[in-house]
Amino acid sequence: MSCHTDSVKTRRVGEAQLTLALAGNANVGKSVIFNQLTGLHQHVGNWPGKTVKRAEGTLVYGGYTVDVVDLPGIYSLSTFSLEERVSREYIAVEHPDAIINVVDASALERNLFFTTQLLELEPHLIVALNQVDTAEKRGIRVDAARLSDLLGVPVVPTTATKNEGLQELMAEAVKMHEANREASRPLPFGPEIERIIRGVLEGAEGLDTPYPRRWVAIKLLGGDEEIEALAYSQAPSLRERVAEARARVEEIHGHDAASVIASERYAQASRVAAEATEQVKFRGSLWKRVEEATSHPILGYAVMIAVIVGMFYTIFTFGDYASRALGAAFDMLRAAFYSALGRGAVQDFVWNGLIEGVIAGTSIALPYIVPFFLVLSLLEDSGYLARVAFLMDSLMHRIGLHGKGFIPMMLGFGCNVPACLGCSIMETERERLICAFVSSLVPCAARSIVIMGLVATYLGFGWAVALYAIDFVLIFVLGRIAFKALPGETVGLIMEMPGYKRPTVKVTTQRTWFRLRDFVFEAFPIMVAGNLVIYAANAVGLLGLVQVALSPVTVWWLGLPAATGVVLIFGVLRKELTLILLASIMGTTNFALILTPAQMFVFAFVVMIYIPCIATIAVLAKEFGRRTAALISLTEVSLAVVLGGVVYRVLLLIGVG
Amino acid sequence: MSESVEEYLEAIYAYNERGELAKNQDLAERLRVSPPSVTQMIKKLSDEGLVTYEPYRGVMLTGRGMARAQVIVRKHRLLERFLHDGLGMGKEKVHDEACRMEHAISDEAAAALCESLNRPKTCPDDGKTIPSCTVAAGDCSRCKEARENAGGVRRLLTQLSHLRPGEAGVVAFVRETGSASRRIMDMGLTPGTRVRVVNAAPFQGPVEVSVRDTSLALGRELAEKVYVEIENSESGHLHPHGARRLAVRQK
Repeated sequence: MSCHTDSVKTRRVGEAQLTLALAGNANVGKSVIFNQLTGLHQHVGNWPGKTVKRAEGTLVYGGYTVDVVDLPGIYSLSTFSLEERVSREYIAVEHPDAIINVVDASALERNLFFTTQLLELEPHLIVALNQVDTAEKRGIRVDAARLSDLLGVPVVPTTATKNEGLQELMAEAVKMHEANREASRPLPFGPEIERIIRGVLEGAEGLDTPYPRRWVAIKLLGGDEEIEALAYSQAPSLRERVAEARARVEEIHGHDAASVIASERYAQASRVAAEATEQVKFRGSLWKRVEEATSHPILGYAVMIAVIVGMFYTIFTFGDYASRALGAAFDMLRAAFYSALGRGAVQDFVWNGLIEGVIAGTSIALPYIVPFFLVLSLLEDSGYLARVAFLMDSLMHRIGLHGKGFIPMMLGFGCNVPACLGCSIMETERERLICAFVSSLVPCAARSIVIMGLVATYLGFGWAVALYAIDFVLIFVLGRIAFKALPGETVGLIMEMPGYKRPTVKVTTQRTWFRLRDFVFEAFPIMVAGNLVIYAANAVGLLGLVQVALSPVTVWWLGLPAATGVVLIFGVLRKELTLILLASIMGTTNFALILTPAQMFVFAFVVMIYIPCIATIAVLAKEFGRRTAALISLTEVSLAVVLGGVVYRVLLLIGVG
Repeated sequence: MSESVEEYLEAIYAYNERGELAKNQDLAERLRVSPPSVTQMIKKLSDEGLVTYEPYRGVMLTGRGMARAQVIVRKHRLLERFLHDGLGMGKEKVHDEACRMEHAISDEAAAALCESLNRPKTCPDDGKTIPSCTVAAGDCSRCKEARENAGGVRRLLTQLSHLRPGEAGVVAFVRETGSASRRIMDMGLTPGTRVRVVNAAPFQGPVEVSVRDTSLALGRELAEKVYVEIENSESGHLHPHGARRLAVRQK
């Protein structure tokens, strides 16, 4: 929502404006609070010039139109990841009316480490002490009033998943705003460090930065490259002063300044946590055991394989059933359409050019993508996906990614669009790119339909498995090449392993919807538009020419029927269309009559890798630029063509007609 | 530490670093002693909490054993480098020579040797990696300073990646300053923090550690940067479940 519409709305209903930002670690329920507060009144974009998601929403509370910004889940305000950079710039530059720091009551110490850093930015801070129910179950009771005294900021206990405490949270935000309270104050470090910080501060008098001076001094001491560049360009003499201060810290503490500051902060966090935590009973050990068992080197893999196989089996069984039902429904719709409007060029245009595109999107989304994302969201909400990332880390390392990269790849089995968008969980641009590239090669639901419908049905399940296996090898090899070719340092895995939680219906459906939203808003329109363009091209006879032009590749090199040329062009829109179209052009759904076994295999192989679909290309272009998207597409086209011909000849050699 | 304990730890290290357990028979042959005396020594090492033994499968170093073995193997391999590079001795001769010298050389001299040989990474005869040093320094430029600060106090240090599931230690320092070490500390692994290894993924995978009441997955390359002090309060015996849970550290 732009400022303009905001102010109009404000004037109309006589409301005042309030901007809140949610900040906190990952897995603390920050996004749950955001969704509970703003419901569907939110929009997701990117931070200017960054591949970091910016989620913003509005609600009306107590006479205010409240704008809520959901900052990324982070553990620190250094410049390690894009998220951290974006967050600190936002807090310092845009000065939201209040920052709501969402804190997990069951892991208070780690969460307060981030709180101490937020306090240093001197915002108007409110702590939402979340997941108090989970904490109580684990025998941890946090005294909110005591915590508030210790931190010097208001603390509101919440259980976001049950929508408890959120009213109070908003009331506190409004109260803070109306009382015109002073900004929060940082917690003091130990006396020696404080003295050293004051020393640096004296040299930083005239600095002009958006950040509080004390924070700048601490960051300089800790060696923050961005702040160093900012400060030393204004006051070059400061460099020497900081170097001296660092030497002093090392002399006193025996560790470098960065680690001393981290230790000091954790000491603050630990002290506050200890004082505010009332009692710690024996934590139920059953879940702890389950948690440990699912990342166990033997048992963990067994569980993981069972979960993934079970997941795919369920989804494809359900999908097969649902898509048949849906197909029958659309056939009836088509018959009704033509019987109501009669036949003719206009009717054909409306049906084939427009409605077909919508149907196609629906018939892939409902039976396959929705259940897929639902299951995946369940796994994520329960905390299981972190274990998968842990177990897959060493394999993912071979392609230069750490274990978290496996999560977008899993999304890719549903649809490549949310997969490429999901790559933003990786820390650096380089890793996001490698991750998106390999994700675009993951056989999505549409491609699986072709593989299952053609290869598994006519050649047997083993051949389909072989096809998947070839794809995985390709992903591995190409990922490795990309990893070696792209400059940069590999980032190691460091990730919190959240305790298992029971997923709630609301949170899981919301998460599923947000993933699906990527598909609906990013992929769907492009599919419909693309359908229209190709329909038009077909109508003016352009596709016939393309077919002839492509025939050296399709017929001579790949050994496929000439008609596949057009089919493959359509396949760029949505890959499952290749199968439907092939049937309609050849006039039969019995593919055994029109394709030899070798042709089936080669066809499915080419469809599987020959290009990311148009929606994926669009997302790649949006996230990484047009050049990169074009490069990825070209790589995959040439790869499919070259390898497709090789596969065909190998199949002939081994006697598969 | 007696010379023969060092010899055993060194021999077990040689197997463990390849991802194998050291079998009694192999140890007997390698150290040229009788199998019964190997059994006896393993019992002793196990009682001291330096190794765990699984009948019919073999012996594996604990974190504590690793911390000790690391020092002696490092001396051995540095000496090999010195004999080969510095004195020009043949590759086939350096091993036996180094075996005799390694017990006599001080930690101080080993560190000096490392400096003068330009911080070698591998040993000359079979190209094996020289175990990293445990001087409490962020990087090599602070080596000398750190050793002087330590004032000759020998702490039992090893990398977090060397601890086995169930074992615990206290973070001493993080090697290499820079963004990786800052991230590690941001996640709570600051000096003085107690950390326990929960699980270790196979194939050089990450370790799961319990720190500050939360569970953290840490990539192997990051866990190798974190040096922990083996807790002295711990008796020689490992936690009964810990020892059994993962006797095999797979490669």
